[in-house]
Amino acid sequence: MNRAVLVAAALVAGTALAQERAIPLSELKSGSAFLGADLLSLQKDEFANPGMLWVERGEKLWSVLAGTKKLSCASCHEDAKSSMRGVAARYPQIDAESGKLVNLEGRINLCRGRRMGAEPLRYESEEMLGITAYVARQSRGLPIGVSIAGPARSHFDAGEAAYRLRRGQMNLSCVHCHEANWGKRLLSETISQGQPNAYPAYRMEWQTMGSLERRLRACLSGIRAEMLPYGSPEYLDLELYLAWRAQGLPIETPGVRR
Amino acid sequence: MAARIQVPAQAKRGEIVEIRVLIQHPMETGYRHDDVGHLIKRNVINVLSCRYNGVEVFRADLSSGIAANPYVQFYTVAEASGELEFTWIDDEGKQGTERQSIQVGP
Repeated sequence: MNRAVLVAAALVAGTALAQERAIPLSELKSGSAFLGADLLSLQKDEFANPGMLWVERGEKLWSVLAGTKKLSCASCHEDAKSSMRGVAARYPQIDAESGKLVNLEGRINLCRGRRMGAEPLRYESEEMLGITAYVARQSRGLPIGVSIAGPARSHFDAGEAAYRLRRGQMNLSCVHCHEANWGKRLLSETISQGQPNAYPAYRMEWQTMGSLERRLRACLSGIRAEMLPYGSPEYLDLELYLAWRAQGLPIETPGVRR
Repeated sequence: MAARIQVPAQAKRGEIVEIRVLIQHPMETGYRHDDVGHLIKRNVINVLSCRYNGVEVFRADLSSGIAANPYVQFYTVAEASGELEFTWIDDEGKQGTERQSIQVGP
């Protein structure tokens, strides 16, 4: 009896493992694999990478006192180089206190609200881009690995549904470009796998730094679909699915993208 | 205006040293329109200069064709220990200054 249960459990586990990846690890490619030599060398250049301007801004902000409690990030987390190592690779994740799914931006604003008594930072503000770039930078080179167990599971399922949903005037889902046709050309550009591991990233098209949600909005605009407000639950679910899909890819923040 | 400047901390006398400058600036071209159709005024860093112990060793006149957050790389000859002063001004008259020191040995 027990053995039968064990075998059944092993079978279930085996099936689950077989489903553990959307793209086989050997075929998993970061967006940097689709870059030209010029942008790739710019991303790798520790000095000239323009994203480093935001990382430096974030580094300064890390110890700036804010809010009614006159605290800075450093008051609790001390040296980000050790305390934030690996953190960005685990987001989005469930916030234990509220039970809600949060991304790095959301976590920073929760911290500001609960611990510092400070106003939330706006998405795409220089401060938010700086602090998220600085925090994510500390995980550079570490593989993405998010939890989709327990309360995160429903968000994961919703994220996958959002990923596969056809939308907009072009009636396209994420799948049609980033799963079925990556590596092929779309006009002058090579379609990437749509991996999130370099964000916040500096995009040439924007001439500035931007969050993953800004990138998602750019995709939605491209397929003439409705863009949702920053921080909306559908984006968070999708970000969780994308992070799961990218598991194993190293964080590249601050990335440089076309 | 945030900037990153890289000057070698030490050099030999007569050595050609590489200097790298990255400045955060929108470099608004003056050719773009806002959401209601008004022309956005040009605002670019129009001049960037570097003085080495008071003597100008590099000067660049920049204009609309330069991308946001300009990156400039140039070379100079290490002659004496001292200070390199970088100055840049944009169309709105905002000025940025950064200083870096260099030790020159025999």
